[in-house]
Amino acid sequence: MAQICGAEVDEEGFLVDLKDWNKEICIQMAKDDDVELTEEHWGVIDFLRDYFEEYQIAPAVRVLTKAIAKKMGKDKGNSKYLYSLFPYGPGKQGCRFAGLPKPTGCI
Amino acid sequence: MAITKKFMYLNRRSSFGTVYAIESLEVVLIAAAFEQDVSLAFIDDGVYQIVEGQNTDGIGMKNFSKTFHALGDYDINKLYISKESLEERGLSESDIMPLVYEDEDDDWAEKSSIKVVSNDELKAIMSEQDVCLSF
Repeated sequence: MAQICGAEVDEEGFLVDLKDWNKEICIQMAKDDDVELTEEHWGVIDFLRDYFEEYQIAPAVRVLTKAIAKKMGKDKGNSKYLYSLFPYGPGKQGCRFAGLPKPTGCI
Repeated sequence: MAITKKFMYLNRRSSFGTVYAIESLEVVLIAAAFEQDVSLAFIDDGVYQIVEGQNTDGIGMKNFSKTFHALGDYDINKLYISKESLEERGLSESDIMPLVYEDEDDDWAEKSSIKVVSNDELKAIMSEQDVCLSF
């Protein structure tokens, strides 16, 4: 099985054991996708990790967008902003960087 | 044009011991992601799924009861609980988690998603559905 910084990932690059997550892994995953993580990325990643802690699921994009709008403002809670940070999808790519499972209902 | 159907998920078993409860919740979230009209019913031991104050530390399983609190964000706000099933188990509405949603059409006022109904009322609601799935 493939590994990132010594942690096992599945065939789509999601962490097998969510407890393995750390910032180093996150940065490496981003590097592999040619994404340089900024403060804005971390804002969303922290949000995703808090969401998972509270609800035990990775949110669908629609729900994530709404929830971010509520917590961080409308200028951030829209898909244009989120896709500019995570070009492969705030759900799929964002959750992977954040060490969450693939969002339920995400194809 | 997407077709929206009325889906009702019947939860009849308690949370742990079998995978039915968590699998049901998973399918519910998928249906919601496809923007279907989703409602849930908690009948028989299924009422235990949404009892307040669950703690899974002792059994080493994920406490997915927390996920029910996310349903409002998925626009799932029709949760029916069988009154008879609650009473048979010595439970009342006060033992149930406060599950809420924000009403878009009412200035985002927080409202309860939970409705305790009799089995006769539940029967009527079920007959209005396009699809009923039992877990």
